[in-house]
Amino acid sequence: MSASEPEASIVVCPRGPLLVRGDFEILDAAGQPVPRTRGTVALCRCGASAIKPYCDGSHKLNGFEKNS
Amino acid sequence: MKLPAHRGPASALLFEILGQDDLSPDLQGLNEAATLALPDTDILYDEDLQLCLFALYELHYAGFDEVSDRWEWHPGLLAFRARLEAAFESRLREAVGSIPKVPGTAEEIAMELFELANSSEGPSVADFVSRHASIEQVQQFLIQKSIYQLKEADPHTWAIPRLTGRGKSALVEIQFDEYGSGRPGKMHSELFAQTMAGLGLDTGFGAYINAIPAITLASVNMMSLFGLHRRLRGAIAGHLAIYEMTSSIPSSRYARGLRRLGFGTEVTEYFDEHVEADAVHEQIAGRDLAGGLIEADPQLGPAVFFGARAVCFMDELLGRWQMDAWDQGRSSLRAGELSR
Ligand code: FES
Ligand SMILES: [Fe+2]
Ligand SMILES: [Fe+2]
Repeated sequence: MSASEPEASIVVCPRGPLLVRGDFEILDAAGQPVPRTRGTVALCRCGASAIKPYCDGSHKLNGFEKNS
Repeated sequence: MKLPAHRGPASALLFEILGQDDLSPDLQGLNEAATLALPDTDILYDEDLQLCLFALYELHYAGFDEVSDRWEWHPGLLAFRARLEAAFESRLREAVGSIPKVPGTAEEIAMELFELANSSEGPSVADFVSRHASIEQVQQFLIQKSIYQLKEADPHTWAIPRLTGRGKSALVEIQFDEYGSGRPGKMHSELFAQTMAGLGLDTGFGAYINAIPAITLASVNMMSLFGLHRRLRGAIAGHLAIYEMTSSIPSSRYARGLRRLGFGTEVTEYFDEHVEADAVHEQIAGRDLAGGLIEADPQLGPAVFFGARAVCFMDELLGRWQMDAWDQGRSSLRAGELSR
């Protein structure tokens, strides 16, 4: 990545998660790293995921942002 | 894998030819068998012809024990394959119908694909496995899936050198994850093998080929068809998008079904992994792969949506096949081939 580009990027997916790419850490409230096995992750934005902080596709069942 | 048992005149001749080292065979009989069968068969359910297609494609993947690798690019076999492919593709196009106008931006394309994935009908194998399936039925389900999942992601990989730009980056990003992100033993195909082993099944690729019905072979052959033809690169991208978009939620149901039957994390890992992974992949595949491809080359739009609609259509048939069998108290596998 060139110096002018950010180290990580976040795509706000309409009706879905935050897609996070690049160089970043995910920490829990105690500052401990959240287990992570992939580079690019989807973070739940709708609140319904059973595997938070990650998205599990539940936003498709609960009509999240359907009317926006 | 070993050559499968033949299922009719065309596959009988094909396997006889493949068993020889003489690379200048007489292919007339093979073509005659196709000429006889093609006019009045529904190729999606034709055991003989789908098995031929499967075997001809398999020459490009891992091949067969005791079959010369030289058959892969044999012009006569390629010509025979092309005849079957033409019939298969037009059957799929007829089922899919005309493609409505494709939107122009990646975001709109992703939305439309998500809607398509959501509107997919047909009985839910995932719901049934989650709540009711017996261990034997789960074994059948895994055997059905094994003919793709033990080489999961490979048909889409064919498309990588045929793409450029954002669409290519997206495909590589997804495939890297499918192949375990560089962690040995964590390829999705390997996780699937681990699940099969947990249910006492043979994890060798093609071990159950003789039990796999034509409709299942057709769903895998469709991926090879889309993956191996550059002109269908849009279709394989659309296929992957829908595949990813219809995976997270069913995967959590499959995992639940396995836990209901008393299996632990070793066995559920494949499905648990897909809950998380495909929630990522569906976003990348919809927006960056399919959307990125069409934004860069709007002419690919209809192909992407052809692939997307074709997988919805085939999924429905495959789901119905399995649920019909179980509703009638039968195995979803080919009769007489249940046990081995
Ligand atoms: S955003 Fe996908 S489950 Fe919440
Ligand atoms: Fe996968
Ligand atoms: Fe995936």
